[in-house]
Amino acid sequence: MKNILKKFKLPIGVAIVFVALFIFAPDAAARSSKVAYEYFLEMVFILPPVFILMGLMEVWLPKDKIKKWLGNDSGLRGGILSLVLGTLPTGPLYVAFPLSASLLHKGASITNVVIFLGAWAALKIPQLMIEVKFMGLNFAIMRFVLTIFALILMGSFMKAVLTRHPDKKWLESNKGLSDQ
Amino acid sequence: MTTIIIIYALLALALVFSLFKSKEKTQKAFKVAGKALLKTAPSLVAMLGIVGLILGLLTPEKIASLIGAEAGFLATVTAAVIGSVTLIPSLVAFPLAGSLLRSGATVMTISAFITTLVMVGVITAPMEMKILGMRFTLLRNGLGIIAALLIAFLMGILL
Repeated sequence: MKNILKKFKLPIGVAIVFVALFIFAPDAAARSSKVAYEYFLEMVFILPPVFILMGLMEVWLPKDKIKKWLGNDSGLRGGILSLVLGTLPTGPLYVAFPLSASLLHKGASITNVVIFLGAWAALKIPQLMIEVKFMGLNFAIMRFVLTIFALILMGSFMKAVLTRHPDKKWLESNKGLSDQ
Repeated sequence: MTTIIIIYALLALALVFSLFKSKEKTQKAFKVAGKALLKTAPSLVAMLGIVGLILGLLTPEKIASLIGAEAGFLATVTAAVIGSVTLIPSLVAFPLAGSLLRSGATVMTISAFITTLVMVGVITAPMEMKILGMRFTLLRNGLGIIAALLIAFLMGILL
């Protein structure tokens, strides 16, 4: 019982807030429910195939190749590859998390995974086209260039920190996945 | 819609390849997928609720009134906070940001909003933690906020 409570503390907390909102601000609660429902519909369609893709990646991606292309010694080529992979038109950021985990299991470097995730979030091509239209070319180009620099710095820093202080809990819960 | 088409097309392609190569490994892939999905489910439910709550309370009009009216450092920080805690599709976010810019918000404030919106995901953090670990998530989002503010600052000066 205690375990279940611990595992579901976040959803339970959110549910409590919803109930309170329904009592004190029914208008906002109705809007919130509608938004949640819309996102639910989106995720119900998108997430199952994403997780199956992740499963297929875990099973099929050759570890030695991923290590070579995106690993610690992949250098500039690995960084550029991560950037390009991230900018391809795909889905929302939460789609990229399982894929990133697979890449990490397969030996991609932390720096490259951070670049991949960052590019996915901030530098996606369809998103950039909308940005150019509404914010202007200068704004979009400047943000693009500065973001790339930021991602490289963030990635290198995170690699240094996480190499020295690995996330043992995460490694433990992902045991076995990497040796397939 | 295009997202769904692309992902299902990718999946179909990968599945055909996988089944052709080995039925056993395909089964194993499904097992890995099911386990991961089950593990992530509670944080997904929470994420849905939080998205709903935040977007239900922070409507585009509300955001406009919070960061459009005032200028200066405080508006930039407010914009960064709003950008971090919201998850707005770019088709809504960029028109909103553009109109705020034209109606008098500073470039720095709008850049802070956009850069945190795309780089920092407080809403998706529970899910990110489940999948990529607590440390990774805290570092990536924490550094993302700092980077976003620096980028906003530079863009404010340069543009």
